[in-house]
Amino acid sequence: MELVAYAAFFLTIAMTYAIISLGLNVQWGQTGLFNVGIAGFVGLGAYVSAALTTPDAVERIGGFELPIAVGWLAALVAGGVLALGVGLLTLRMRSDYLAITTFGIAVALQLVFQNAESLTGGAFGMAFIPRPFAGLQGQAFAFNMVNLVLTAAVVGAVYLLLEHLLRSPWGRALRAVREDEVAAQALGKNPVLLRLQAFALGGSIMALAGAVQAHFIGFIAPGNYLPMMTFQVWAMLIVGGSGNNRGAVLGAVLVWAIWALSGALISEIFPAGQQARAASLQIVVIGVMLCVILLWRPQGILPEVRSVSRHLGRRTKDK
Amino acid sequence: MTALSLTDLRAGYDRDLPIVKGVSFTIEEGEAVCILGPNGAGKSTMIKAIAGLVPCFGGQVQLDDMDITGLPSHTLVRKGMGFVPQTENIFTRLTILENLQIAAQLLPRQARAGRIEAMLEMFPDLGSRPRELAGALSGGQRQMLAAARALLNEPRVLMLDEPSAGLSPKLVAQVFDTLRRISDAGVTLVLVEQNVRAALGLTDRALVLVDGRLAHDGPAADLHDGKLLGDLFLGHRAAEAGA
Amino acid sequence: MNPQAIIDGLVSGSTIGLGAIGLTLTYSILRFANFTHGDFLAWGAYLTLTVAGVLGGLAAGLGAPVYPFSFGWGLPLAILGGVVLTVTLALGLDRILFGRLRARGADAIIIVMASFGASMALRSLLEFIFTAKPAYFTKALQIANPLGFGMRATPDQLLVIGLTLLLVLALHLVVTHSATGRAMRAVSENPSLAGVYGIDVGKVIRVTWIIGAGMACIAGVMAGLLVQIRPYMGFDLLLPLFAAAILGGIGSIPGAMLGGLIIGLAEAFAVQIIGAEWRAAISFVILVLVLMLRPQGIFGQRGA
Repeated sequence: MELVAYAAFFLTIAMTYAIISLGLNVQWGQTGLFNVGIAGFVGLGAYVSAALTTPDAVERIGGFELPIAVGWLAALVAGGVLALGVGLLTLRMRSDYLAITTFGIAVALQLVFQNAESLTGGAFGMAFIPRPFAGLQGQAFAFNMVNLVLTAAVVGAVYLLLEHLLRSPWGRALRAVREDEVAAQALGKNPVLLRLQAFALGGSIMALAGAVQAHFIGFIAPGNYLPMMTFQVWAMLIVGGSGNNRGAVLGAVLVWAIWALSGALISEIFPAGQQARAASLQIVVIGVMLCVILLWRPQGILPEVRSVSRHLGRRTKDK
Repeated sequence: MTALSLTDLRAGYDRDLPIVKGVSFTIEEGEAVCILGPNGAGKSTMIKAIAGLVPCFGGQVQLDDMDITGLPSHTLVRKGMGFVPQTENIFTRLTILENLQIAAQLLPRQARAGRIEAMLEMFPDLGSRPRELAGALSGGQRQMLAAARALLNEPRVLMLDEPSAGLSPKLVAQVFDTLRRISDAGVTLVLVEQNVRAALGLTDRALVLVDGRLAHDGPAADLHDGKLLGDLFLGHRAAEAGA
Repeated sequence: MNPQAIIDGLVSGSTIGLGAIGLTLTYSILRFANFTHGDFLAWGAYLTLTVAGVLGGLAAGLGAPVYPFSFGWGLPLAILGGVVLTVTLALGLDRILFGRLRARGADAIIIVMASFGASMALRSLLEFIFTAKPAYFTKALQIANPLGFGMRATPDQLLVIGLTLLLVLALHLVVTHSATGRAMRAVSENPSLAGVYGIDVGKVIRVTWIIGAGMACIAGVMAGLLVQIRPYMGFDLLLPLFAAAILGGIGSIPGAMLGGLIIGLAEAFAVQIIGAEWRAAISFVILVLVLMLRPQGIFGQRGA
């Protein structure tokens, strides 16, 4: 029973990562935008939702005790607005400017989480974030199960929405722009606008994931949103198969499993004093894995299903 | 003696979609040959494949007796092959002199200054202001610099991709005049051209490429009346290919 | 406002500028934003520390501080070794990772992603080997001498500023006046045309890594000497490095140096005005301002 409860807990966390990974898939897989600030978007969602839904606290502003759903909604909006701002600033320029700027956003937000104590609780973070089905907290099994169902439902909803969008004219236009910007432009598509929309949608989904995760755990701190998280989510999408929504979900579960198992293994093998050190090996392994996949199987486990003609978009390298 | 020969060359950007679909021909030393063909026939891709800028998927390219198939472009310069791309054929952020100095780097140290001097004399437009940024040059002057750069290394085979593109008729005449002098000096010339009249005036022989295959190979004079060329471009005589 | 901020800013700006040179060169010549560059600084510092340890074991006298500095002859010697090792690391990484992706014709952004993965791996490997505990080149304490106008600087700090200016000047002369520099500028404008001109692009790429990684190692040692050596030191410098390279104009060596100094000074003044905890945000603010007002940077060409 305890094992099943743990499995449910593990899967719920994996599902929250699946949401982030789906958000990244809109930005990278469908549109080719490289976001190195995922942790910032996720953290923003978590903090915004927490600030709105937690009970009043003396030491900081916020604490409006609003319903969880309002928090989630606000996270969606906040993530979208942030992505819109970043996109407006960089999407007209070379693709790696976006990477550098999003990297900067994550660093800057991390500082805000750390230092803006009156808003975020500083290094101690925020506690007492209301958890869905809090009434069941006494029964670990039931509590974990209903939360798993809820989180999986969010994953399912996001998945269905994205699959629907993918098949819509908007999704086709998006891929056309990714494959051949000039040709798409000639067909009357506005590449910058389409990219901006995709980036904002992805940012919203990531922030929503942050809120879902925060409410499930009930506690957030700046340390949860380090570049490490960005890196894990990238590994998830690349392993699963960028461009493929099922791949994004599969990658999230798989990489999270590798992460959790190797973590457990390290705590078994290494003495307590060496564990922090050994944990850095986990990161090395995932980093090498990411590079190896980029080198040898860039399409990931589940390759993108190409609905646009493969040759339509072949870039002329003739210039 | 054979200067350049292709044997069943297949090349392009994607192995599954070759643009040059098996082309063979032989060019003798000192010949001036122009390659004609409708848009998209693969002329440019073929010449770039010879120059080492586009992957070859099959067949062979020989320079003199050397197999140069798939060799990287920078090694071909030393082997006596000069190539002038159609656009972006000079470094605009470097000075005229620096453009020539880069090419001269391949020569023995003591020969460099002399060759640069010779080129600046040959093209007075360049010689009058060697320290200006090449980006400040006009279209015709850019073509001159591009040609000067290629000639500096004294190539035995010089290939040019549409040297007349975007130039006024007066400048076209000037460029072809220069090319004639180069050809007269014994350099083997291979020219891809859209400007059929100008090209046929300069060269002895014409190759016509249609849809990645050779559709005609014969004296340039045959194509002067335009009738045959029109038919070839439209594919009517493709059956005669490989003559 | 305390004028000491000027010295502090120049000192940290020197490190940032020197580090940004490699970043700006790889950016303009290899055409990708290299996220591992910060880790070259950290690896440079640790590799130099290791070489210094070995040298110290061989000849104890090398560690004794040479007046007025806090370190002995061992350190300059160790830097030579550190530079060679850091360059080997960069060339090795190019060979097994970036070069392969380039050869496959991968989009620049895929190479950026690979550099991001490699950066995580390299940094954590440092943490595994040397632990997260800070390390130091020297335990010797230095007195800061007054310079007038209320400013003080240690001999180490003055040496760092002087050495940086010397290196940047030398590099600038090489790039503007030598055949190698011409070839580098040519490749940065148009790599395929460079091949047509007879330039061996592969060789230019190797030279770029050698210069970039060499400077990164020296910058890392400077940062380590003046502050401390940590596995995350390079990662923490990454945003300032990018901001300096973009502010100066991609591809410009004097630009990277000037950008580094501006960011160093801005950070030093910001620390006094709004507090040290916001230091890391300064580079981000400057980056955003540059992207909004002058995306090509101070010395950059439009459309470059």
